[in-house]
Amino acid sequence: MGDEQMRKDLEGLEGYTFDEVPWTTPKPLAQSRVAVVTTAGLRPAGGDGADWNPGDQAMQLLPASADGLVLAHFSPNFDRSGWIVDPNIVFPIDRLREMADEGVIGSVADVHVSFMGAQIDHTLETIRLDTGPAAARALLDDDVDLVLLTPV
Amino acid sequence: MGTLASVLEDAGLATVALSIIRGQVETTRPPRALHCEFPLGRPLGRPGDPALQRRVIDAAFALLDEPSGPVLVDFPEAISDEADAPLSCTIPPSDPGDVHPAEAEALGLLPAWRRSYGRFGRSTVGKVVDADGVPAVVGLFARIADGEAWKEVGLPGDPTKVAADIRNFYEEAALSLTDAVPGARQAESWYVTRTKAGDAVQRARVAMKEAGAGFYFWNYLLPMTQHRDPDAA
Repeated sequence: MGDEQMRKDLEGLEGYTFDEVPWTTPKPLAQSRVAVVTTAGLRPAGGDGADWNPGDQAMQLLPASADGLVLAHFSPNFDRSGWIVDPNIVFPIDRLREMADEGVIGSVADVHVSFMGAQIDHTLETIRLDTGPAAARALLDDDVDLVLLTPV
Repeated sequence: MGTLASVLEDAGLATVALSIIRGQVETTRPPRALHCEFPLGRPLGRPGDPALQRRVIDAAFALLDEPSGPVLVDFPEAISDEADAPLSCTIPPSDPGDVHPAEAEALGLLPAWRRSYGRFGRSTVGKVVDADGVPAVVGLFARIADGEAWKEVGLPGDPTKVAADIRNFYEEAALSLTDAVPGARQAESWYVTRTKAGDAVQRARVAMKEAGAGFYFWNYLLPMTQHRDPDAA
């Protein structure tokens, strides 16, 4: 089985769908403060840094740098060598900095966030009701306007 | 991913989600999504290719011009995995002494792993054991592969996490044994099909499955892309 077949096999997984799609009118990109929110299971090294348990719907605040971050996702079903060679493949913080320097975006946030995808509970109850809103508050406290979400 | 995007959008943040599994964003309907036919683990495309990464982000942020959602657009470039072309690495010779050849192989890879760690400054080893602890647990999986009961060989933790430490150690060591930037799943394919440790974990996986171990314990020992079962040959 190749990666493409695996992705096809995963297409039918259940997911939680909101009755109405929420909508926030974006600010002009050149005025937007941008954060990355990833489901790669990134966390600071040290302690239990390399280990994120299956089913754990916690959120992890991240600094505006990939230095010292560990990809701790539990699933073996995706490539990790890209992350080791170039963390921007998952956490494109250098690309955002370049865009801020060029004036394409307003600024890069100081606070970014990781969750872990491939959750067993497809209703994502904890993320919807607790850790997701908590992440939003942390981003809004940093005056973030725009979020780029990256999976693995 | 799609559900999380909606939670953040509902709180007042504009969001754009990158997608790798199209069916999932079709189901969860995030406000704005850019689907990329890229291998799992590489949502921005290719490591060390900032121009491509930038094109992905530019295409994602272009969705902010849409007046309403949900918006789901396909990125025009696609990337395939390269699992059929395992990395070409020369495994350093090692003296097996009185340890299992697979364990000796891992000992011989420690210098390469240390070079990779020094070069890139990051590692995904350490769920249960650190790099120095990997050779010993390779030896434990070799014993499972050779017929010992998996609960009795003394694994120091969840077998799937120990197996992840082994795989990540090998893939990271491989980065110092080649000049190439690996394509998606090339390092994984090298580990499973070209190394004694990969062979030991594959055979241990089959042995655990046949011994009635829980699905979680044998299924997550290796990526599903690399499962090889005797009855499927």
